[in-house]
Amino acid sequence: MKLLKVDNLTTHFHTREGVVKAVDGISFSVNQGETLAIVGESGSGKSVACYSLLKLIPQPPGKIVAGSALFDGRDLLQADESTLQNIRGNDIAIIFQDPMTCLNPYLTVGEQLIEPLIYHHNISRKNAAVRATEILGEVGIVEPEKRMGSYPHEFSGGMRQRVMIAMALITEPKLLICDEPTTALDVTIQAQILNLVKALQIKRNIAVIFISHDLAVVAGVADNVAVMKDGLIVEQGPVDEIFYRGQHEYTKKLLAAIPEGAKPLSAQSPPMNTDKKSEHKPLLSISALKTHFHDYSGGWLKRNQKVIKAVDDVSLTIQQGEILGLVGESGSGKSTLGRSILQLVPITSGSVVFDGTELTRLSPTQMKPVRRRMQMIFQDPYSSLNPRMTVFDTLAEPLLYHRLATRKTVTAQVLALMDDVGLARAAIRKYPHEFSGGQRQRIAVGRAISTKPELVIADEPVSALDVTIQAQILDLILALVEKHDLTMLFISHDLSVVRYIADRIAVMHHGKLVETGITEPLFSAPKHDYTKKLLSAIPVADPVKERQRQVDLIQLGN
Amino acid sequence: MFRFIISRVLQAIPVLLVVVTITFFLVRVAPGGPFSAEKAVPPEVIKALEARYHLDEPIWQQYLGYLNDLVHGEFGPSFRYPGRTVNELIAGGLPITAELAFYAMLVAVIIGVCAGVFAALKPNTPQDYIPMSAAMLGICMPSFLMGPLLVLVFGIWFEWVPVSGWGDLPGDKILPAITLGSGYAAFLARLSRGGMLEVMSQDYIRTARAKGLPEWVVVLKHGLRGGLIPVVAFLGPAFAGLLSGSFVVETIFQIPGLGRFYVQAAFNRDYTMILGTTVFFATLIVLFNLLSDIVSVWINPKLRHQLREGK
Amino acid sequence: MSSSIPAAEILEYAEKGTSLWQDAWIRLRKNTLALFGLGVILTLCLIALMTPFIAPYGYEEQNLLLGAAPPSAEHWLGTDIFGRDMLTRIMYGSRVSLMVGFIATGVALAIGVLWGTIAGYAGGRVDAVMMRIVDILYALPFMIFIVLLMVVFGRNILLLFLAIGAVEWLTMARIVRGQVLSLRRQEFVEAAVSLGLSRWTIIRRHLIPNTLGPVIVYTTLTIPSVMLLEAFLSFLGLGIQPPQSSWGLLISYGVETMEEYPWLLLFPGLTLSITLFALNFLGDGLRDALDPKASRD
Repeated sequence: MKLLKVDNLTTHFHTREGVVKAVDGISFSVNQGETLAIVGESGSGKSVACYSLLKLIPQPPGKIVAGSALFDGRDLLQADESTLQNIRGNDIAIIFQDPMTCLNPYLTVGEQLIEPLIYHHNISRKNAAVRATEILGEVGIVEPEKRMGSYPHEFSGGMRQRVMIAMALITEPKLLICDEPTTALDVTIQAQILNLVKALQIKRNIAVIFISHDLAVVAGVADNVAVMKDGLIVEQGPVDEIFYRGQHEYTKKLLAAIPEGAKPLSAQSPPMNTDKKSEHKPLLSISALKTHFHDYSGGWLKRNQKVIKAVDDVSLTIQQGEILGLVGESGSGKSTLGRSILQLVPITSGSVVFDGTELTRLSPTQMKPVRRRMQMIFQDPYSSLNPRMTVFDTLAEPLLYHRLATRKTVTAQVLALMDDVGLARAAIRKYPHEFSGGQRQRIAVGRAISTKPELVIADEPVSALDVTIQAQILDLILALVEKHDLTMLFISHDLSVVRYIADRIAVMHHGKLVETGITEPLFSAPKHDYTKKLLSAIPVADPVKERQRQVDLIQLGN
Repeated sequence: MFRFIISRVLQAIPVLLVVVTITFFLVRVAPGGPFSAEKAVPPEVIKALEARYHLDEPIWQQYLGYLNDLVHGEFGPSFRYPGRTVNELIAGGLPITAELAFYAMLVAVIIGVCAGVFAALKPNTPQDYIPMSAAMLGICMPSFLMGPLLVLVFGIWFEWVPVSGWGDLPGDKILPAITLGSGYAAFLARLSRGGMLEVMSQDYIRTARAKGLPEWVVVLKHGLRGGLIPVVAFLGPAFAGLLSGSFVVETIFQIPGLGRFYVQAAFNRDYTMILGTTVFFATLIVLFNLLSDIVSVWINPKLRHQLREGK
Repeated sequence: MSSSIPAAEILEYAEKGTSLWQDAWIRLRKNTLALFGLGVILTLCLIALMTPFIAPYGYEEQNLLLGAAPPSAEHWLGTDIFGRDMLTRIMYGSRVSLMVGFIATGVALAIGVLWGTIAGYAGGRVDAVMMRIVDILYALPFMIFIVLLMVVFGRNILLLFLAIGAVEWLTMARIVRGQVLSLRRQEFVEAAVSLGLSRWTIIRRHLIPNTLGPVIVYTTLTIPSVMLLEAFLSFLGLGIQPPQSSWGLLISYGVETMEEYPWLLLFPGLTLSITLFALNFLGDGLRDALDPKASRD
């Protein structure tokens, strides 16, 4: 039975630069009890399409130009505001991406939970509160009675997403729209939330539209998949059809972009790498490194300040020529470890020895020549480039500062760098805001290799990027590592990315290093419990394997 | 929360001490004593006067004596009005100024916040432009210009309201209250518009809409609270502004309040009066800043939470 | 740095980028009100500079026979009770009013930027102590102090600059400090540190250019509030004193005789209001232009 049938939905945005066709005539339908996944990269229009159904897009500048959306026999696009109000949160509920910003910080969780019941089911606050407490328990919040009076900031990210789910399901809707519900969460939490949504869906037999950029997540949850690009659905069909027999170029490109397995073995590099490891001395060795932060938020005069042990007694060596992957969830201290190595944050104790030099005892002046030899690639290409400097300025600065170029040669050297990282030479005088995220990351990579460093620390260099761009940047990094004989510490939360790029892997948890090992053995036979948990939580972009994995998980009693 | 209030009150004490000290010594180093402007006064008379006002003592002793008086709530005698104490003068003017400030605050908050919220609901439409243009007018038309113009138009040309004085008639109070309040109404309008625009673009407002709540619930329940935080934080400074604004408004409308006393005391070089009133005003302002600080924290659960954690 | 690029070496086919400043200027040019504001301010400054040469009458030139006359062909804005030309007096007044506005704002700018940058860049306890000082000063009733200063030390114009500047720098310091703090957390500053750039290079090349926007906006909005403060004090008789003249002083004379000679109040009042309008429009326009995210449309 068709619950929702969307035909030729078209939404435009009128901006200063002209009309943006965010959704350009798409059609899809959802059956009761089924999950439709809409997949696409950022800007593909997948969220706008779903918000348009409930007129939740800002109007103006947005405008629904054409189309129909039959839901339970009514056309949502023709409905007036009061009809829509009755449908929103009652028949169709939404779970948003970022649970941090989507709950009202000024109201208690209980107050926000009971609102849909009061306005849609017209029941008393008292009864609504009883129902809200029940559903909080159902989504896995411990001590729901007590938590009803808490404010959102008193919950962790995963717990907030559970609250969002409870709030969406409290009115027993027929259709649930999930807009990237796990993107902001860690991988272990993501697995829990996905299982919860799935369980509740089966229990209530509701239809779900699942919006995501992550094909691996979609493989596990979807019955049908629609692939969106530039406001159009380029291909849709049952999940197995799309994953195993996808026809459209773009679908194939998306699937191909997912890093899978180990890194592509170019002819001679792996044996050389192993040789190097045994031949060369370690380039960097860290021992008993501690980086603690003091939390001054309680006032700097207070005696008992909280101490956050971001990095707590970590010892690690990186061999010349290897790529060491450092994985961990948010708050595990992996980024702080990277910054501690570069002496970007003051370390508490321990030693960092780079090529025989103890870095922790160097003065800033002594540090300067060392800095040339170790560089960093940052996560967010939008904040890692100075918005007021052109590509030339950004790339020329380190060259001139470290006297690696003269005024005469600098332009040629900058152009060579741009060639290296795959930027068009003509863009040399452009500013960062004139580039896309992937191109910006290329500039940032160019800056990092400009000083001809020996060690590069890459801090989540691809996690802000779309999956197709991510693949390009990963391959660029691999190529540069080989060309310039770099040693790299690659920090990421994404295990499949690390598996793809790293020779060896170190796993961090709560500031401590729990396990290190050569990539493939570690993936196939993890030793530490936390590593096992982490690995079992990764979804794979393969519907059959993913279904099997979920069965395994249930049997494991997760 | 309790500890927070106590700690803020404790912080206010050094501020007040600084105020008293600066004022005290500024007034003492001022060229020309309070009696020098008079015609030739026999030296013995001056001496007697100085003894009476403790001016013959070393300055630090005078300072400590004054502090001691202040602790007991005594502002000392007036130089200009013999036989009357500063306390009496303040007590006479305070109710009038307080009443004026209250009306002005009422004008400012009601008109300002309503206009600002109203404008923010439909940004970049006439519903936004019209109140915001009016607000711009209020900001660019200072009280000392607005007051006389209002008097000229409504008092002198139309003769609708009295031009000055402070009687029982409500007519007496309309113009001063509007004059004093309009600038702050304008400022609050801009502030609350900005705050509301910021909040209404937040993700949680979209959540509230997605829940199917009526728009007025979205605005009043989910929007207003966050949107008015900057407004509440501004009320303390606004109060300070109203007090100094009362100097002008009470002068224009010849209202016998504290502000007018203060300006007169300034011209008469009535030092104890200046000293007393300054300390008194400062205390009020510090108190109101404290109050608006506490309220800002209290209406923001996140800050409240941090306080509890940071204990 | 861009000036140091050998111009000939930039490839001819390189596409010209649009810097954020150019972007802002393009946005500002589309804002009619802000352009109008800019025009008014520039005209006023020009008139104020040229006043001694272009004023139609002498500053103290009286015509007691004429007395207070309404606007006419000889005296466009009328004359005051001594028969002095109103237009001339307003023009001379603009010199003082604008000067106070610019100089006092300059004082505030200098102290505020320095204080804010140091606090924001040093961070930690230095920052905590410096900002606590600002907090304490914020709590002081400055308006009353200024009145007090004027009373105690006489109506000294230099003191007025200092006193007003001393009040206004607090907000500037807070803005700059907030800006520097948030910039310091930006990854491009970290990148500059990891490139081994010196502290001064980082401040000069990476911090200052990026704090300039909000500073310009706030400066533009401080000028009108300073002018207002001066007019307020002059109105009370505590600011500029005769024979010097300012708009506030002219307004206060105008109020005394407004029943009989309303133009003596209207013209100086109008001049002050228009100037404040122009500066506020310009400030708002600059904010929209320099920080398109803050204006949200």
